[in-house]
Amino acid sequence: MKTKWIVPTLYIIFLLLPIYWLLNMSLKNNTEILSVFSLWPQDLTLDNYRVIFNDPSWYSGYINSMIYVSINVVISVSCALPAAYAFSRYSFLGDKHLFFWLLSNRMAPPAVFALPFFQLYSSVGLFDTHLAVALAHCLFNLPLAVWILEGFMSGIPKEIDETAFIDGYSFPKFFVKIFIPNIASGIGVTAFFCFMFSWVELLLARTLTSVNAKPISAIMTRTVSASGLDWGVLAAAGMLTIVPGALVIWFVRNHIAKGFALGRV
Amino acid sequence: MIQKQVNQKAWFMVLPVFLIVAFSAVIPLMTVVNYSVQDTFGNNVFSWYGLGWFEEIIHSPRFHDAFLRQLLFSGIILAIEIPLGICIALAMPKKGWGVPVCLVTMALPLLIPWNVVGTIWQIFGRVDIGLLGHTLAQMGINYNYVQDPLAAWLTVIVMDVWHWTSLVVLLCYAGLCSIPDAYYQAAKIDGATRLAVFRYIQLPKMQRVLLIAVLLRFMDSFMIYTEPFVITGGGPGNSTTFLSIDLVKMAIGQFDLGPAAAMSLIYFLVILLLSWVFYTVMSNVGEESKGGH
Amino acid sequence: MANITLKEIAHSYTGESENPDDFALKRLDLTWRDGGAYALLGPSGCGKTTLLNIISGLLIPTRGQILFNDQDVTRLSTEQRNIAQIFQFPVIYDTMTVFENLAFPLKNRGRSKKEIEPRVIALAQMLGLENSLHTKAQHLTADLKQKISLGRGLIRQSVNAILFDEPLTVIDPQMKWELRSQLKHLHKKFGFTMIYVTHDQTEALTFADEVVVMYEGKIVQVGTPEELFEKPAHTFVGYFIGSPGMNIVPCELQGRTALVKGQSIDLGTSYASPTSKNVKLGVRPEHLSLNPPGEEGLPVRIVKVDDIGRHKIVKVALDDAIFNVIMPEVAAMTGDMGSLVMSSDHVNIYVDENRVTGGTL
Repeated sequence: MKTKWIVPTLYIIFLLLPIYWLLNMSLKNNTEILSVFSLWPQDLTLDNYRVIFNDPSWYSGYINSMIYVSINVVISVSCALPAAYAFSRYSFLGDKHLFFWLLSNRMAPPAVFALPFFQLYSSVGLFDTHLAVALAHCLFNLPLAVWILEGFMSGIPKEIDETAFIDGYSFPKFFVKIFIPNIASGIGVTAFFCFMFSWVELLLARTLTSVNAKPISAIMTRTVSASGLDWGVLAAAGMLTIVPGALVIWFVRNHIAKGFALGRV
Repeated sequence: MIQKQVNQKAWFMVLPVFLIVAFSAVIPLMTVVNYSVQDTFGNNVFSWYGLGWFEEIIHSPRFHDAFLRQLLFSGIILAIEIPLGICIALAMPKKGWGVPVCLVTMALPLLIPWNVVGTIWQIFGRVDIGLLGHTLAQMGINYNYVQDPLAAWLTVIVMDVWHWTSLVVLLCYAGLCSIPDAYYQAAKIDGATRLAVFRYIQLPKMQRVLLIAVLLRFMDSFMIYTEPFVITGGGPGNSTTFLSIDLVKMAIGQFDLGPAAAMSLIYFLVILLLSWVFYTVMSNVGEESKGGH
Repeated sequence: MANITLKEIAHSYTGESENPDDFALKRLDLTWRDGGAYALLGPSGCGKTTLLNIISGLLIPTRGQILFNDQDVTRLSTEQRNIAQIFQFPVIYDTMTVFENLAFPLKNRGRSKKEIEPRVIALAQMLGLENSLHTKAQHLTADLKQKISLGRGLIRQSVNAILFDEPLTVIDPQMKWELRSQLKHLHKKFGFTMIYVTHDQTEALTFADEVVVMYEGKIVQVGTPEELFEKPAHTFVGYFIGSPGMNIVPCELQGRTALVKGQSIDLGTSYASPTSKNVKLGVRPEHLSLNPPGEEGLPVRIVKVDDIGRHKIVKVALDDAIFNVIMPEVAAMTGDMGSLVMSSDHVNIYVDENRVTGGTL
C-alpha cells in the first residue's frame, strides 16, 4: 500500500484548484482576466483588495458578518450549555419529545422560513439588525449545539458531579469551575460548528438585512447582478471570505477529526 | 449509559433554548400554516381557502418536476459522496505531518460561504475565464453550463462533491481513528484480507458516524439553495430548479404566498419523513448486524 | 511447534540509535522451549508488550534475530509465523456470530466448510461456548468474548505459540480464576507454547512453569516461581514479587558477616569482599520472625502492626532501616521493642543490585 497517499493527494488538488483559480483572478486586473488566459497573474496587482479595503460598503460587510456570527456563537453556546446538561443528566416531562423537536428544526429548509422571518422580525422592529440574523441562525445552530454538547457531556461520568456536590460545591460553582473545564474541547467544537453554519449561510442573512447589517456574501451577490463584470474585485471579496474560516480551522486543527464526530464515536 | 435522575426543574435549564427556538420556529411556522389555508387578492385581504393550496401543489406538474429533480439530485449526491468519502478516509495517513495538512485543507471548503462556493464554481466553469471551462473547451468538449442542462447538472454535482465530500471524509476518519490497533493486529494474525478488514472491522466501527454523515448530507442536499442559484439560477430553463429554488421563486418572486406556504409545509414534512426513514433503516441495519446495544 | 530463540534482540521505537536510552528493549537473549508455559512479568512500561509484539511479528526489532527452530523469522509477517495472540481487550468481530468468529482464521486460510464445522463445534465445547454459537458475539460478556479471542488462536492446530497480552485485564475477579485454570488445562491438552504477559505476580506465578521477569527493558531473571521467591537474582525481583516484597537494606560485608546499621548478621557462608560500595542485604518477610525484647536477635522497634486476616505484617525499624515481618500472631504493639531473627539460609546478598553467591566472588 505504498501508493495510498495518491488518493488524498489527488483529492486535495481537486479541492485547491478552484480556490487557487479564485486567488489567481483576484490578483489580476480586469483587462488581463478578460483578454489573456494565464495560469498565474502576468501583471500582479493588489488593486482589487485595495478597492475592498477603501470602500466602507465593502468592508462593512465583513464587519457585519463577524458581528452577527459572534452574537450567534455566544447565544448558541451559552444557552445550549445548561440545556445540554439537563438532557444529559436528568429525565423530565417531555424530554425526549423536546429533544426531537429541537433536532427537527435542523431539518427545516431555510427557504421555508425566509418570508415568515422577514415578517416576524419586521414586526418586532429587529429587521436589518445583527441580532435578527443571529437569532434566525439560532434556529439551526441551537439544536445542533445542544446535540453536540449533550454528546460530550454524556461522556463525562456522573460521579464527577456527585463528588463535587459532596465536596460542598454549589451548582453554579460546580458548573463553572469543574464541569465546563471538563468539556472544554466540546465547547470548542460546538463554537466551531456554530461559527461554520452561521458564517456560510446566506439566504436568511440576506433576507433579514438591507443596509446596516448586510453580510459580505450578500454584498457580493449585489455586485454581481449590478455591475456584473468586475471579476477581479469579486474574486478578491471571495478570497477574503475564505480567510476567517481558514483561520478558525487553523486554531482547531488538532481537534478537527474528533470534533466532526461530535463526540459520538 | 448514564442513569438519569428524574428532575422536573431541569425544564428551567432548557427554557432559554426552548424560548429562542420556539420564537424562531413556532411563530414563523404558524405564519406559514396561516398562509397555506388562505387566499389573497392583495391589499392584505385574506379569505379562507382550506386545503385547496395543498391539493393544487400536490397535483401540480411543476411541483412534481421539482420534487423529482430534488430526489435525483440528493440520490446522486449520496451515491457519490458517501463511497468517495469512505475511500479517501481509508487512504488518509494516520500519523505524521500529513494528518494536519489533510485535515486543514479538507475542512476548508466547508467554511466558505455558500454563495462564494457558487461564485468560485461559476468562475471556474466559465469558458472564457475559468480554468475548467477553458480547459474543456481547449480539449474540444462542448461545455456550457448556462445553456446545456446536462453541463449545468454536472457542474452543480461536481460543485457539491467539492463542497461537501470532506464532511463525509472527516466523519469517517474520526470513526476509523477510534478503532484500537489491537483489531488490526488480530486481523493480521487471523490472516484476514484487506477486504475482510474493511468489511468486518472498519465498516461496523464506522456505522454510527456514517449514519450521521448520510443524514446530514441528505438533509443539506435536499435543502440546497444558494450554490445552484448562484451558478445557474435554476436554469437553463427549469433544469436545475430544485425545491428550495422553486419555493423562493414562488414566494418572493411571484409572491404566491398561499401555494408557497403549502409547498413549504409539504417540503418540510417530506424532509422529516425521509430523514426518519433513513434513520430507522440505517439503525435497523445496524441493529441487525450488531444485534442491539 | 517450535523452539523460539531471541538472539541479541534490541528495539528502539525511534529507529537505530547510539543512545542506549532510546531503546525500549535492551539486548535480550532467550530461548522459549516448545510446549512451555511462560509468563513475562514486569511493571508497566518495562518493555514486555514490545517483546511480545516482536515475537508475534507486529514489530520488527531494530537489532537482532528471532529464530523459530533454526529458521530466521525476523522479517516474516505475523501470518507467516503462524502465531496466535490474545490482547488486553477482547477483540471480536462485532458483526459475526460466535461460530463465524471462531471459523474466521480457517476461512481466511481457505479451508473447506466440511473441515471447519466439526472443528469449530469441538472447540466451542471445550471452551464452554457451545450454547452461544449462533448469537452475535457483540452481546456476550467480557470473559466469553475473551474466550472467543482465545478460540480463534486455538482453532489453528498448528500454531507455533499463543501469546497473551494481559488477557484478564477486563475480566471480573471470580471469572479470572476460572479462565486461568481453563488456560492451564488447555495448555496441557494442546501442548502449545504459551507466553503470558502480565504485571500481576499471582497470575504469572500460578500460570507459568517458568517466569521471565523484565525491568527497564532488560530481562532480570528467568526461573521457576520458587526460584523467584527464594533467590531473586536482582533486587527488583525481590521487591516486585511477594506481598509485601523483599526487605532490602544497605549493608557492609565482612567475610561471613554482614553489618547492618552496626549490627552483625551471620550469613552461613563467606563472601569475597565486593568491588562496589553498593551492597545490599535482602530477606523475605516470610523468613523473619520476632522474639520478645532481650532474647536472641537484632534489637528493633515496632513501627506498625497490620492485621491482614490470615497473618499480621509487622513493620519494624533497626535504626532507620525498615523491615516487614510476616507472623501468624504477635502480642507486641506499636512502640514496643523486639528482637528480629533471620535464618541465614534465606538471606541474599546483592552487589550493584545483582545477587551474588557465597564463596564465589
